[in-house]
Amino acid sequence: MTDISSHSLQGDRPEAGLSDYVQLMKPRVMSLVIFTALAGIVAAPSDVHPVVALASIICIAVGAGASGALNMWWDADIDARMARTVGRPIAAGAVEPGEAMALGLGLSLLSVAMLSIFANLLAAALLAFTIFFYAVVYTMWLKRWTPQNIVIGGAAGAFPPMIGWAAVTGEITMTSCLLFLVIFLWTPPHFWALALFRKADYADVGVPMLPVVAGEDVTRRQIFGYTALLLPVAIAPAFSAAGGPIYLLVALWATMRFAHEAWQVRARTSEAAAADDYAVEKRFFVTSISYLFLIFGALMADALLRSAIGPFGWPVLF
Amino acid sequence: MATGLKKEHELHTRRRGRNVGVLGLLVALAVLLFAVTMVKMGPQSGNPTAGASWGETLLNWARE
Repeated sequence: MTDISSHSLQGDRPEAGLSDYVQLMKPRVMSLVIFTALAGIVAAPSDVHPVVALASIICIAVGAGASGALNMWWDADIDARMARTVGRPIAAGAVEPGEAMALGLGLSLLSVAMLSIFANLLAAALLAFTIFFYAVVYTMWLKRWTPQNIVIGGAAGAFPPMIGWAAVTGEITMTSCLLFLVIFLWTPPHFWALALFRKADYADVGVPMLPVVAGEDVTRRQIFGYTALLLPVAIAPAFSAAGGPIYLLVALWATMRFAHEAWQVRARTSEAAAADDYAVEKRFFVTSISYLFLIFGALMADALLRSAIGPFGWPVLF
Repeated sequence: MATGLKKEHELHTRRRGRNVGVLGLLVALAVLLFAVTMVKMGPQSGNPTAGASWGETLLNWARE
């Protein structure tokens, strides 16, 4: 009886299941965070016990999930009005906003505290800053204020390899900064490709994404501009303490392919894009995700190669 | 009446799934804390992987 009463008090809102809470933590974003953080851990020129590495990865993943929950809590109003996000747990009515906020704050504190115990204070401080940057600086401040939202806010997504690196070495080095920079410069082309084919959604809810504020032509030029900046930065880690021949070959091929597709996006007109329902932009968006997995995978392959055959005279410039 | 019973059943199934999930997470957290404690307080806790590469550490750990 009590169950039925409490259920009816909540109207027609279904009670949240475990999968709703998983969705609240943005599992797809989390997978990218886990992968790049793992790359930072594996590529770091120091040793860590696999159990400590696993525990650190879990903390970083939970921290990322917590910031995702806080993001959904804050953005519930616009999520409910956008086709891409209308199915999110709060927007769909499965999870109460206050519950999401409490979960986000609780998991943030837990993940940072645990990482400080499992790894070190520097890694924990970087994780805390990342959560703060994503939830407060990006979500609450930049997102609805400036078309440069994802350029600056992209820093939040760029921290995981640096956190992984710091968890192992206890340091911030030139190499970990390079890995940060790779994701930082990758984010605008990746996100603006999405914004091009979701422009109407963003316009409807008043989020000043670049295609909405400055138009498609400017966005296409900016996508290629950031890709051009990414070219040398993505190759540079090959000659860092983390890089090697596998990374060099993969990064060269993947970055050239990425740049080629960015140029195809750049060369298109809005009319051509509308005619084929933004097929090229959608392909570039998918390519951008696989690109990041590829180059960070190559970084790990080089680390495993080094551990298998020992130092092999690869030039380290950074 | 039948609809009411069906709703109650779905509610309980959903709630049970959530409780089992939370239990699983708590057990996983306890196992993780135990494993990290063992590693940090183990015989090699001072310098766990002195001289070993990342791959060697992983292999040694798997052998243990």
